[in-house]
Amino acid sequence: MNFGIIRYIIGKVIFIEAAAMLLPWIVSLVYGERTGLIFLICAAVFMVVGFIMARKKPANTSFFAREGFAVVALSWIVISLIGAIPFVVSGEIPGVVDAVFEIVSGFTTTGSSILTDVEALSRCMLFWRSFSHWIGGMGVLVFILAVLPMAGGQNIYIMKAESTGPSVGKLVPKVQKTAMLLYAIYSALTAAHLILLLIGGVKPFDAFCLSFGTAGTGGFGVLNSSFASYNAFAQIVTTIFMLLFGVNFNFYFFVISRRFKNALAMEDVRWYFIIYAVASGIITLDLLRSGSFSGLREVLFQTSSIMTSTGFSSADFNLWPSLSRALLVMLMFTGACAGSTGGGMKVSRFVIYVKTVAKELRQLAHPRSVKLLKMDGKPIEHEVIRIVNVYLCAFIFVFAASFGLVLLDGFDLTTSFTSVAATLNNIGPGLNLVGPTGNFAGFSVLSKLVFIFDMLAGRLEIFPLLLIFFPSTWRKRG
Amino acid sequence: MNIIIVGGGKVGMTLAAQLGNEEHEITLIDTDAKHVESAVNSFDIQGIVGNGTSYRTQLDAGIENADLLIAVTDTDETSLLSCLIAKKAGDCHTIARVRDPEHYNEIDFIKEELGLSMAINPEIAAAANIYNLIQVPSALGVDTFAKGRVNMLQLEIPKGSVLDGLKLSELEKTVKFQMKAQLLVCIVESGDKVIIPNGDTVLKAGDRISVILPISELRGALNKIGIKAKPIKNVMIAGGGNISYYLAKMLARSGIGVKILEINRARCEELSLLVPEAMIINGDASDQQLLIEEGLLGTDAMVSLTSIDEENILLSLYAHKVSAAKCITKISKIAFEEVVRELPIGTVICPKTITSQMISSYVRSMQNSMGSNVETLYRMMDGRVEALEFKVSKNATGNYLNVPLMNLKLKPNILICSIIRGRKITTPSGRDVIKSGDTVIIVTTTTGLDDLSDIFA
Repeated sequence: MNFGIIRYIIGKVIFIEAAAMLLPWIVSLVYGERTGLIFLICAAVFMVVGFIMARKKPANTSFFAREGFAVVALSWIVISLIGAIPFVVSGEIPGVVDAVFEIVSGFTTTGSSILTDVEALSRCMLFWRSFSHWIGGMGVLVFILAVLPMAGGQNIYIMKAESTGPSVGKLVPKVQKTAMLLYAIYSALTAAHLILLLIGGVKPFDAFCLSFGTAGTGGFGVLNSSFASYNAFAQIVTTIFMLLFGVNFNFYFFVISRRFKNALAMEDVRWYFIIYAVASGIITLDLLRSGSFSGLREVLFQTSSIMTSTGFSSADFNLWPSLSRALLVMLMFTGACAGSTGGGMKVSRFVIYVKTVAKELRQLAHPRSVKLLKMDGKPIEHEVIRIVNVYLCAFIFVFAASFGLVLLDGFDLTTSFTSVAATLNNIGPGLNLVGPTGNFAGFSVLSKLVFIFDMLAGRLEIFPLLLIFFPSTWRKRG
Repeated sequence: MNIIIVGGGKVGMTLAAQLGNEEHEITLIDTDAKHVESAVNSFDIQGIVGNGTSYRTQLDAGIENADLLIAVTDTDETSLLSCLIAKKAGDCHTIARVRDPEHYNEIDFIKEELGLSMAINPEIAAAANIYNLIQVPSALGVDTFAKGRVNMLQLEIPKGSVLDGLKLSELEKTVKFQMKAQLLVCIVESGDKVIIPNGDTVLKAGDRISVILPISELRGALNKIGIKAKPIKNVMIAGGGNISYYLAKMLARSGIGVKILEINRARCEELSLLVPEAMIINGDASDQQLLIEEGLLGTDAMVSLTSIDEENILLSLYAHKVSAAKCITKISKIAFEEVVRELPIGTVICPKTITSQMISSYVRSMQNSMGSNVETLYRMMDGRVEALEFKVSKNATGNYLNVPLMNLKLKPNILICSIIRGRKITTPSGRDVIKSGDTVIIVTTTTGLDDLSDIFA
């Protein structure tokens, strides 16, 4: 393990986060809030800390998979701890665990909250909460790869560990250029959404926060009613943009570079839209049957919000019939496309699972048959299939353990189950007590710690976070 | 530049590493996912699993925007077909490695018809390299510039030489070389350090120096320095592969006796037809008895070219121990280079390194034809020294033109080692000038020089 390079990169991460803290300070200047000074102080202190840590580039810059996983997991823990400081110091979220929960929920783009009254928070705090979604959506390390030239090709390990999906590839040969492209697409989409919201008459502050929340597929709102009180235009625009941010970013790259054939060949994007359409259809029929249908817009918004793991709510789906609610919970697990900012287990993994099962069934009928699995018209490497299957196992283990620990609090089964599902899949709201109108305030400290772990594990797709608890990761040699 | 490399073998990997570091955008195509995976994880390049001869795969790799495709797959046909498709699909430059002598004999036709920019035969390249080494006795290595007209020789200063303890500014006064051109010391490698010398540099025994010297003046100069320069009359080659064949041809043409030891009877017969001038011995080259019997003790040079690296190393070690023959050792797998270099096995030749060096220098010159004025670039001493060839254009206007070199101030660690004007090659002294239309060769430890004007302080 090369500790020098880990120190160096984490130093850079801290510096970038500190720089990002200047934004809420500017917001506080605009609204004349004195609490904003905390951000300025934090930014100054941590810029110095980051600068000192990253001042000396280590002589040994060798960097492998181990370092990639470790640096990503540690960076996320560090930014969460630092990001929580303003909440605690300002006294707006006095509990340390609560504050960490809130900011982890922000960075991991979950959108679950322990706040009972969001509107009581000062503007700069709300802005920081929402902005954390934007930073976390594409990933802070990917941002560093984009802006800082780092020699050597091994940076791909960082990108692989932080980006979502089973097989992370580069768009263009250089890591730096790939990272820049990703951020360019990300920023352009965010800006488009922001402008449309402003045109639609949403107040500027709300528009900024909502577009950050949508871009990262996070889901922090600025009102207690989440999205219900915004106008129809804003809801429709946000429905579309939530869906867009759940699409694999490679798709946009192909479209920009006019490789439409490649774009159309992307199976996970295709299935993502099919699943969305089918789920929306079933929910609509179910609502019509039970007589609680109140417009297609609500259904489309809610389905999009849950499937892309954003977690805004325009209606209280707690009141929906069982079939619709169950379907929403299932959508939490499928999640969005790989290579998007969305959470969940990713559509592409499910496509592989379905194909693997179909293949194994055929194998049972014709034991000697040979068939290679294909995805996007290309054979899937055995290695990828293996790691995707192992991911499912690891996911189930983490889920089961978390579920068990959360049950100790004595809440009902639905609340406990969906609270874990909502955090591990980075969704935001669950059902019952943690539903759209509820929050996570009532859980014990232990449960909150479990949720914090789940959110980080979900965002980093489990392995990086598990690896840092693996002793041999930290051994100096070997 | 956007470069696509087809084939992720050793040459492909070396090229990917080298060119990727030079800010080129590299995409590697290989059919083996493992190769692609490991390349992408270690270098900043993109990898695509697929067949390089497939149009679709090439499209995926971005052939439409590519400037160059380098095909270094294991078979000539695959490489050539990849190049042909690339040429048609992307209208880019193409380089193919062509190994089979049958193809290479017709390479001019193939190059013309397929529109190849360069075809490289690693075996011929290696043989030419060895031939140079044999022609230049005792020099540890030869690099050629300006299409072979300028030779840079690497040699080690022996104990008791006049150069031992000599300050370079005294060189002209102390050692009277009876020749027209002056001997110019370009690079001094002392222990681990590599320096571009100036007048204050002091040489000592054991240093490896690189000098510019016309081959015609060589023998006399070497005798002065204290290196025994015995002309090589006969060469023993262990192993009868393709390199041996090409080398034997070249040697035979210049009247040097060749003896090839080859274990395979059929190949021996083949060789005896191909190179009738050479003596072909059917036997195991690692048989000590046979080596002695066939006159290892009396041979002037021993070239170990069997297909097994370890055997080559042992053969050269043995030859070094029992005879005074000049040893040249072929090593195919570049591993543990530091250790191998320490062994007394003479000069080490690696066909793959030579291939990737030739391709890199082509890429370099191609890139520079787009921007600056570097004609060719050679990397020496593990890439710590670069020799660059600049062409001063006919209508160049630099304030360094027509000024005696002693009045120009160079940046540190840069040395002008040759000025070529028309057919005349000058090893410059302070009184010489650079004129427009000249080709100038410099050596430097500074990388990234783009223009001749960059070298002046």
